[in-house]
This record gives sequence, C-alpha cells and structure tokens, in this order.
Amino acid sequence: MRATFVASEVGNGLRRNLTMTLAVIITVAVSLSLFGASLLVRAQVSTMKDFWYDKVEVSIFLCSKGSDTPSCAGGAVTAAQRDQIQTDLESLRPLVQDIYYESKKEAYSRFKEQFQNSPIVDNVNENALPESFRVKLADPTKYDVVASAFAGRPGIEQVNDQRQILDKFFRLLGGLQLIALLIALVMLVVTVLLIVNTMRVAAFSRRRETSIMRLVGASNFYIQLPFLLEAALAAALGAVVAIGALILMKTVLIDEVLAPSFQFTAFVGWDAVAAIAPIMLLTGVGLAGIAAFFTLRKYLRV
Amino acid sequence: MILFDHVTKVYATQQRPALDDVSLEIEKGEFIFLVGPSGSGKSTFLRLVLREERPTKGQVWVLGKELNRLSNWKIPALRRQIGTVFQDFRLLPNKTVFENVAFALEVIGKPSSHIKKVVPEVLEVVGLEGKEGRRPDELSGGEQQRVAIARAFVNRPMLLIADEPTGNLDPGTSIGIMKLLDRINKLGTTVVMSTHDSQIVDQMRRRVVELETGHVVRDQSRGVYGYAR
Repeated sequence: MRATFVASEVGNGLRRNLTMTLAVIITVAVSLSLFGASLLVRAQVSTMKDFWYDKVEVSIFLCSKGSDTPSCAGGAVTAAQRDQIQTDLESLRPLVQDIYYESKKEAYSRFKEQFQNSPIVDNVNENALPESFRVKLADPTKYDVVASAFAGRPGIEQVNDQRQILDKFFRLLGGLQLIALLIALVMLVVTVLLIVNTMRVAAFSRRRETSIMRLVGASNFYIQLPFLLEAALAAALGAVVAIGALILMKTVLIDEVLAPSFQFTAFVGWDAVAAIAPIMLLTGVGLAGIAAFFTLRKYLRV
Repeated sequence: MILFDHVTKVYATQQRPALDDVSLEIEKGEFIFLVGPSGSGKSTFLRLVLREERPTKGQVWVLGKELNRLSNWKIPALRRQIGTVFQDFRLLPNKTVFENVAFALEVIGKPSSHIKKVVPEVLEVVGLEGKEGRRPDELSGGEQQRVAIARAFVNRPMLLIADEPTGNLDPGTSIGIMKLLDRINKLGTTVVMSTHDSQIVDQMRRRVVELETGHVVRDQSRGVYGYAR
C-alpha cells in the first residue's frame, strides 16, 4: 500500500470531477444539517421533558363556597373530607412522592407573587382561590391512578394534571422534529443518488486507468480505494459544514435568541451538540461509503 | 505454462462458439504466434488466458492454475505474472514515459525505492533511455509500443500476451518491436502473440497456431503464416 500514490490519485480525482464533488459536498451538508437539526429538536424535547416533568404536579382542587361542579353540591369542603383525602393520598405511596397542602391563604400569596405586576391582583381576594393538595408523583405517567381515585369525589372540585398541558406542547415539537427528519431522509436519499451518479462518472472518466490497473494485476481494493476515499472525503467535508451549521444553531438560535426570551425553560446544552455531531459525520461518511462501494462493484468489475 | 483442455467459449449474445473444443499446450519459454482472420477466436483465446472471460466448457490452465477454480480475489495475483501488450498501446496520455511504467508498479503497491530502481532498467531494455520525461503524444507509434512493452515487462512476468502489437505500426517499426519481443523471450518469458502480419511470422520461424472459426486448423513449430504463400 502506497499512501502517497493513493492520496495523489484521490486529489486528482477530486480536481477532475470538481463540480460533481462540490454538488456532493453541498447536498451532504444540507441533508445532514436537517438531520442534525431534527436530532437537536429531539434532544431539546427530552431536555424539556426532564426539566418540566420534574416540576409538574397533580393538583387536587377542593370545593370552596360557590363551586358549581356536581361533586361540590355539599358546599365547601369539610375538614373531615379534607382529612380523608389526605389519608387516601398517603395510602398511595410510594407512587405519590410528595403531598403538599396549599391553603387559601397560601394560594393567594402565590397568586400575588405570580401576577405582581398585573392589576388582576386587586380584583381577586383570598376567598376566590381554592385550597388544594399538590401531589408529586414518583412516575408522572401514572397520573390516571390519582385521577380515577379522586375525580368526582365529594369535596373535590377538580383534578388537574399539568403534564397533559405540557404533552400537547411536546407533541407539537415532536411533529416538527418528525417533519425535519422526513425532509432530512428525503435529502439523504437524494444525496445517495447523487453519490452513485458521481461515482459512475468518476469511474467512466478514469476507465483507462482502471482498465490498466486490472491488467497489471492491481487488487480490487486498490482500484476502488481512491474512489471510495473521494466519496468519503466529499461526504466528510459536507458533514463538517453541517456540523458548523449545527453549532451556529446552538450559539445563535438557541443561546442568543431563544434562551433569553424563554427563560422559564431549559435548553439543550453543548453535550447534545457533542453527541449529535459524530452521528452526523458517521451517517454522512457511512452512506457515501456504502453508496460508492456498491456503485463501484458494478462499474469496476474484475 | 498454458494448457487448453477441450475449451469451448460461446458468448451470451452469439450462437456460434468463438472457440470450439480447442486443446492446446504452450510450454514454458516458447514463442508462439496465434494467426487467423478476424473473428477466428484469437482474442477470445487471449481473454481466456487473462481470465477476462470464463470458458463455457473445458478447462484453461495458466501458470499451474485451473482458471475456473480460481476465486475472484486471486485473479490480480495471476495477472501480475502476465504482461499484456495491445495494438492500441493503452498508455495514459497525461503521464510521462517513466510514470506510465511506474504506474503498473504503484498500483500493485511496490515501494518507490523499488520503482526508482527497476523502471530505468526496463526502459533501457526496451531502448527508451533518455525519453523518460516524454509524454505519449510526443513519441512515435513504435516508441509508444515500447513503453507499453516496458510496462508489461517491468514485473518480469512469466508470460507475455501480445494482441496484435504491430497492428498499428509500419513494417520497419514492427521489426524493431519483434526484435524486442524476441529479446524478452530469450530472457525467459513465454510470449504468446496474435497477429495478422504474415511477413513477421515468416521471418521469425517460430511456432504458429492457426485458428479458423474457433478451431485450431494448424499447429506447426517453426511455421510460416500460411501454406499458400
């Protein structure tokens, strides 16, 4: 194996086929950027899930005077009902991790804090806010257990799962991710077709060399290696461009635009970018290599 | 060296066999002419030796190997022991004489120190010393064929296949090429050469195998091109 000879063959091949090489680099860059973006959105969703599911609670609002749901027909919740609910919640451990009772007074002060800059505070008094149990589940997906046990019971106005509101949002993000992924897949197919065609042209333009190589007994590996390396190199360059685009998404779009505007939530960190970049590189180089290999097997037969 | 044992070759697109039950043995060190009109099966014979084609029936033995049983990945090793020369030279136009010969060694992974040593040697054998830096289009046809012979011989092959090597050359130049092939033969390489050139065959007085529509119609040691002449 002579590295310098193979390297010079690769260089010659890339130069001679410059426009096709550029086309391969660009399509690889675009398709891998989309692919990377979709992986980034997925990482973002999982970051947000981690962040929010840790904070979400099931809220059990108790009846207050004037509640009009059927379970509140008996008026405001009685102390006995409240104690019974508390006992029943305790019996659901360990599914129920934390139970916190929020009185009307506490609800009011939290409300005031949340809306401190809003005139709405002046229109709400302590009695308008229901008292509630805030329940944190060990496994937030087991919401149904709590809901079925408590919803509709006398003295309980409503059982609320914050997770359900979040899930709608996550489904939206998941949909966006799926669309990005689909476009990326289509682009990757286009890339593969382009690589196949590029290899065909390259094999044709060098048919003299390859026919002589076969005659003098060069191994298949040796004949195909320059072509494979060309495809892999072009794909690797495209992947590097795509990784650059990914880093740009992280620094500009996420860190400078989204993160300052949406401070209440967490955004993906550099660890996600570091995990996605090698996947992009491997996908690009691997696809190019496989596409080139099978094309060459057809066009550079012994 | 080469043994054809009842070899028949039928190409997929044709009815008539290109070679029909041909049996032939070529000994080590021989110089043999393959003559016959176009379409008589000369090229098919050579392609079978190079394992560019497989026989439809029969066995082809080359350098002690039965080619039907030779797996694909061993073909390059076989071809490294066979030099090939063609009518159309098949040189790389953008490489110099030296690079064209060196190419044959580079692609089988020889180190550059070895290349620097053997390429000038073989260029001297074929009489091209001093023209290492020329490109094919700066050479005469005879010189181009010498480059091709140098490339075929640089590995010191056991066997040299020449498919009408003088077909594109004038008679004077052809004689030079034949002298060169004769010299290579005397250095121990078996030479199999197909040709239409009756003058050359008559002058050389070597073994002649004549093919006609896929059959061996004559096999003569020290023969001439045709009886009628």
